[in-house]
Amino acid sequence: MKQVTITSKSVEEAVEEALAQLRASKDKVEIEIIEESKKGFLGLGAKPATVKVTLNADPLEEAVQFLKEVASKMGVEVDVTVKEDEEGTILEMASEKIAILIGKRGQTLNALQYLTNLVANKSSDEFKRMILDAENYRERRKETLEKLAYRLASKALKINKKVSLEPMPSMERKVIHMTLKSNSKVQTSSEGSEPHRRVIITPTNE
Amino acid sequence: MEELIETIVKALVDHPDDVRIEEVETSSMVTYQLSVNSEDMGKVIGKQGRIAKAIRTVINAAGTNESKKINLEIV
Repeated sequence: MKQVTITSKSVEEAVEEALAQLRASKDKVEIEIIEESKKGFLGLGAKPATVKVTLNADPLEEAVQFLKEVASKMGVEVDVTVKEDEEGTILEMASEKIAILIGKRGQTLNALQYLTNLVANKSSDEFKRMILDAENYRERRKETLEKLAYRLASKALKINKKVSLEPMPSMERKVIHMTLKSNSKVQTSSEGSEPHRRVIITPTNE
Repeated sequence: MEELIETIVKALVDHPDDVRIEEVETSSMVTYQLSVNSEDMGKVIGKQGRIAKAIRTVINAAGTNESKKINLEIV
């Protein structure tokens, strides 16, 4: 949680300064008055006011709001449904024009997911992972990747050489690793640096 | 399009009031010149340009119906 403690002439001024520092509006913060100001007499005994202001940003709320706004500016009105999963929070989008938001091989969906994660976690200390999904795209993609993994593993064994896959985001690479984990004839590893990191399938006895 | 870039960028930076976007149009291409507070440069570019790339992917997806190529420059 972001938090500031400000001392100023009056409570109002201190709160204003705190809001400016946090770049937040009054409805998104909690204000605790630590010390009220005292006027004093002829400049004697005057005391400044101290307030503690805490930002109440909810990553999930920020994420949903950001997503809806961006989609609408792209000309797509979306409904967002939130589901909790062991891998994180899933934001499921539904719309008539969903294809625009998914893009070729999910590249738009992945870009939106990356940006949503950045925006959602900007003002909070703990990192909350958000997964974007649309029309079950992630599940369908997972099936495609599993098939690809099996196919390339047998290719690697057939030519007895390592086979490298196209660059993929970490979430998709994980699917390949997990799929071939139980296959003792091949080993998988990743190579290169993001965003060009790719999976390599190597025959164990190469 | 300008609104879309503005929505994304303002949500990412610490100084949303300093976000400026200028549109430069030629016969085949529209270029958006984005400038942000110097403290926020990293927040729109990202490690190895990852954030900039994600922004470009999103605006290109939004611009598929337009005939001109869309370009985003960070200045």
